[in-house]
Amino acid sequence: MKFGILVNEGPYQHQASDSAYQFAMAVLAKGHEIYRVFFYNDGVNNANKLVEPPQDDRNITQQWSKLAADHGIDLVVCVAAALRRGIKDEILAPGFRISGLGQLVEAGIEADRLVVFGD
Amino acid sequence: MSDMEENEGGAEKVKRLMIVNRKAPYGTIYALESLEVVLIGAAFDQDVSLVFVDDGVYQLKKGQQTKDIGQKNFSPTYRALEGYDVEKLYVEQESLEVRGLATDDLLVPVEVLPSAKLGALMEEQDVVLSF
Repeated sequence: MKFGILVNEGPYQHQASDSAYQFAMAVLAKGHEIYRVFFYNDGVNNANKLVEPPQDDRNITQQWSKLAADHGIDLVVCVAAALRRGIKDEILAPGFRISGLGQLVEAGIEADRLVVFGD
Repeated sequence: MSDMEENEGGAEKVKRLMIVNRKAPYGTIYALESLEVVLIGAAFDQDVSLVFVDDGVYQLKKGQQTKDIGQKNFSPTYRALEGYDVEKLYVEQESLEVRGLATDDLLVPVEVLPSAKLGALMEEQDVVLSF
């Protein structure tokens, strides 16, 4: 099955990004496909490469980047939501790209299931 | 995009896309950014419907005045939705009632449904996004 994933909350403040990441790993482990992960609302903060948690904590942004590198997953950040929050190309972590909300709608059209992680 | 061609006619796929609004219009940004998704969904010619539940029903309240909180009053956009062919607006009956609201208090014509009926409607959708 082809999954789309929508992440609507920022890292650490809310569990949504962790849950979305764990869901993505489970999807791949079961042999399914991920069409795209789309980041919206405060979810755009997941793409900030300047994020630096304490060493004994998970680095959520790096987890996403590794997911993209290992499995070729398309990580898309909404441009309007990103600019509003100061997320720009110069601080974008590897594997992420900035694009429009049309990419979310397209994921809804093309994926068999679109799963939302938010508050 | 290169895969658009192999997906011939992909752009013409129409899915039932439901946006569920659960939060008050101000206080958080969910209502405003949800509305942006609605407009893009409509621009992609999808079968878009909107649901207002819980404090989300306040998004449609008439007479919003935001000057004193320094934010833009975006509620007129709900009245413009018709122009984007977004005409399916559903409000949960229970949410209206517990807040002492009636359809006369709302900016736009809506269909009021009890939660069980709304649940059935959600079941029929291809994509449900909640904000």
